[in-house]
Amino acid sequence: MQVLSRHWRKLALAVVLLVALLIPLFIDNQYLLGLIMLAYIWAIAAYGLNVLLGYTGQLTLAHAGFFGIGAYTVGILTVNYGFPFWPSLLLAVVFASVLGFLIGIFALRTQNEYFAIFTLGVGFVIFLVIERWESFTGGSLGLIGVPYPEGLGPIQFEGPEQLYYLILAFLVLTIYVAASIAHSLVGRSFIAIRNSPDLAMAAGINVGRTKQLAFTISTAIAGLSGGLYATYIGFLGPAIVNVPTTFEILLYLLVGGMGSLSGPLIGAFLVTTIFEYFQQFEAYRLVIFGPVVILLIIFFPRGLAGLWGELEARVRRSPEKEAEGREEPSREEVR
Amino acid sequence: MELFLQQLINGIALGSVYGLAALGLTLVFGVLRIPNLAHGALYMVGAYVTYFALVSYGIPYIAAIGLSAVVLAVVGITIERLVFHPLRNAPHTHHLIAAVGVLFFLESGAQVLWGSEFRQMPSPFVGTVEVLGLNIGLQRLVVIFASIAVMAALYLFLKKTVPGQTIEAIEQDRTGASLVGIDANRVSMMTFGISAALAAVAASLVAPINLVFPTMGEALNLKVFAIIILGGLGSIPGAIVGGFLLALAEVFSSTYISNAFGQAIGFVFLLVVLAVRPTGLFSKGV
Repeated sequence: MQVLSRHWRKLALAVVLLVALLIPLFIDNQYLLGLIMLAYIWAIAAYGLNVLLGYTGQLTLAHAGFFGIGAYTVGILTVNYGFPFWPSLLLAVVFASVLGFLIGIFALRTQNEYFAIFTLGVGFVIFLVIERWESFTGGSLGLIGVPYPEGLGPIQFEGPEQLYYLILAFLVLTIYVAASIAHSLVGRSFIAIRNSPDLAMAAGINVGRTKQLAFTISTAIAGLSGGLYATYIGFLGPAIVNVPTTFEILLYLLVGGMGSLSGPLIGAFLVTTIFEYFQQFEAYRLVIFGPVVILLIIFFPRGLAGLWGELEARVRRSPEKEAEGREEPSREEVR
Repeated sequence: MELFLQQLINGIALGSVYGLAALGLTLVFGVLRIPNLAHGALYMVGAYVTYFALVSYGIPYIAAIGLSAVVLAVVGITIERLVFHPLRNAPHTHHLIAAVGVLFFLESGAQVLWGSEFRQMPSPFVGTVEVLGLNIGLQRLVVIFASIAVMAALYLFLKKTVPGQTIEAIEQDRTGASLVGIDANRVSMMTFGISAALAAVAASLVAPINLVFPTMGEALNLKVFAIIILGGLGSIPGAIVGGFLLALAEVFSSTYISNAFGQAIGFVFLLVVLAVRPTGLFSKGV
């Protein structure tokens, strides 16, 4: 049974990947393709948040700040200094993660609510710096004309189709990294800290250093998604760095499922699609999504992926085991 | 010197608004251990209720503020029942996320219902009075005295009345308070109601000086969090002192350094304090 389900999982994964690869061949609509690319970019950002919030149980509210640092690193280097895209993207990831590491040293001294509020302050200060440092970041006018990536060997990035594959490749890479982390000893230490920091410490995990690692990985991924966003959108304004963006990424992760491997992708895809579908009711989006967030966190804190996992477990469980009662969902491992 | 005194008065007026808003936030944190990220949104809704009571229904200013406080108390209690009560045993991250949901709902709800334009709230207290050679806006004096009156009333309520003392009892020891027969549920509802009402009063007092718009609570939201962390989460004197300190720091650094620095100083100070003392300046053992 277990083996069979693993095969099914692999098959499903292959089908999803195949569909993703074929999308540009079937979709002629540039607008739709752009929308899918945007969903991928937000999914990457949500994977970054997931490492810290979903696995390690630390709510950071500075995620949009690090996303913005990645985006503005690419934007400033390419637009103001004429740097090529690729080294700029690399620097975006490096810069976001180094800054994440340094801020993490201080941020992680705080705990629980204090950590959330500290990172909220960090996010807001990053936004203020980007908005007010006009000579460097373009201030509220923003940066215009972030270029497409230069060609890599035989591949030229001339249109959205090529950019689509680039972003898809980075998404697959991110998911691969997230999966490797989840199944490694490091990932298990993250989860141990989420379930109980005291227990994790007693089991010999260096809680401080492990959280620091999770924070750095999370900011590196945020920087990557920001860098990709810069080249995708071509224009950067400070609003994207502000705290509400963090809340939106949080929404994607929450809908998809915190602490799950498929959650960030499902959430980002679904929410972006729904947002776009109800575009003429743009103002109503958050009127509806506010209560959705509340209902999810009360009734399905593990989102759609968690719901699916529960259904699957119920189907697989034999009737006599049903009587033994359900296992604690929050203690379940990441699949 | 004149500029200094003028800014001092401005700082005190702003500080009394920050203090009122921070009091509500710190009460909720002290009693329910909920960092209510939607506090700024409640503040914004409070300003709108006063605005419409004044403009559409012609209710006098002070009565409109009272009405707004009552309406927001009901809103606060509703939110406590529907959102935070079901989450009382959930991990702390869930409270924060639920509060973000409330924030989404209230802010975008205000945008849908009332539009995103900036509105000027008319106040009967126009003009200036001359005190010791300084021209002081009458509205600022009203802000200062009304805030002090509300703070004093809250203090008397918490210290001298039985319902107020049940709030303090729950804050000090939830289990112990339950053992002597205090209904924690009722106290939670009462605290949320008072907190939202305080936010409404603060917003309605300052609205004639600033403007009313759907995102007016965002900057304040971050600031009151800075204040209650600096003052110690759950500490009432800390919230008031912190409110005045932050406001004075903002006003003076805006005047003498730069406007951008004035806006950022609270957060920079917050980050520095938390980096050095991870549980805030005057923290009680939480």
